[in-house]
Amino acid sequence: MSVSVRIPTPLRKLTGGADEVAIEGTNVGEIIENLEAAHPGLKERLCDDDGEIRRFVNVYVNDEDVRFLEGRGTVLKDGDEVSIVPAIAGGC
Amino acid sequence: MIDFTEEQIERYSRHIILPEVGAEGQSKLLESKVFMIGAGGLGSPVAYYLAAAGVGTIGIADADVVDSSNLQRQIIHNQDRIGMPKVESARETMQALNPDVKVNTYNYFITEDNVREIIRDYDLIIDGCDNFPTRFLVNDACYFEKKPLISGAMFRFEGQVATFKPHQEKGAPCYRCLYPEPPPAGLVPSCSEAGILGALAGAVGTIQAVEAIKELLGIGESLAGRLMVFDALRMEWKKLKLHKDPACPLCGENPTITDLVTYEQACELKFGQ
Ligand SMILES: [Zn+2]
Repeated sequence: MSVSVRIPTPLRKLTGGADEVAIEGTNVGEIIENLEAAHPGLKERLCDDDGEIRRFVNVYVNDEDVRFLEGRGTVLKDGDEVSIVPAIAGGC
Repeated sequence: MIDFTEEQIERYSRHIILPEVGAEGQSKLLESKVFMIGAGGLGSPVAYYLAAAGVGTIGIADADVVDSSNLQRQIIHNQDRIGMPKVESARETMQALNPDVKVNTYNYFITEDNVREIIRDYDLIIDGCDNFPTRFLVNDACYFEKKPLISGAMFRFEGQVATFKPHQEKGAPCYRCLYPEPPPAGLVPSCSEAGILGALAGAVGTIQAVEAIKELLGIGESLAGRLMVFDALRMEWKKLKLHKDPACPLCGENPTITDLVTYEQACELKFGQ
């Protein structure tokens, strides 16, 4: 099954500028692995050395933060949209 | 309720005519006190619209002076103000727009030594600063002083807006529920070198101003518990859910942060490079 993954501005260099990519996977963990396979370098931006999603990056399935679902084990269904939302601080 | 002058009735007539605002709401705005961190890209539209709305007292903190590279987006300043402290320039612009507004200027950095005392005098805090350490400091100070916080941030073509008032609403998160601590140095872009589409500051800042006025009036649905994310390139707003984290180090069940902490400034761009 393929889901659409929204790529935030700071990471678009790794997707050749694409703001949305279609990735195969049945849960969030698989999506992260397949994102890395398609766009090397993405995983280390999203996950720490233990493979856990970094605390200043939030991964959403539709409008829910996966930390409050099943984390990387969150099961995806057809039509779900995955969004990567990193902390940003600019205001000036 | 305050006694309006005729000039005020005319000035605020488009507010007063709104049933959700009315004379009572306008009076509330005139008696409100808002403190803003930053007189820059986000601070400009926020300060402008709050002054126009007749928010009676506006405090604004910024240690910088106006630079010509600011004028691509910081519309509260202008060419003649280059070199002037931003808070002074902001005060002049706000008072030229609306002499009803009292502007308190804080021409220095917000630190753990001054932030709690400063915000204590205000009803609502608006963060439009440009770095993570200040964002965490302001969040924590607002939590300890029980002040609602409207936080805005932007990067290149993206913006984020959220309201934090964990002290007011059960289940409402704070900034640390979203991000427990600042990213390590070099992992997330945080500085202006990244570039910013000037008008984006207007889009994000005016959302903060709208939300601030709603909070002051107590009307509509608060943004607390949601994160608005704007993508200018797709011209798309998303509303994501934010949850109170029971493990939050500040507002969670077993808090480990019981006083203000100061983080080092992290100012590199590796996250996207
Ligand atoms: Zn919290």
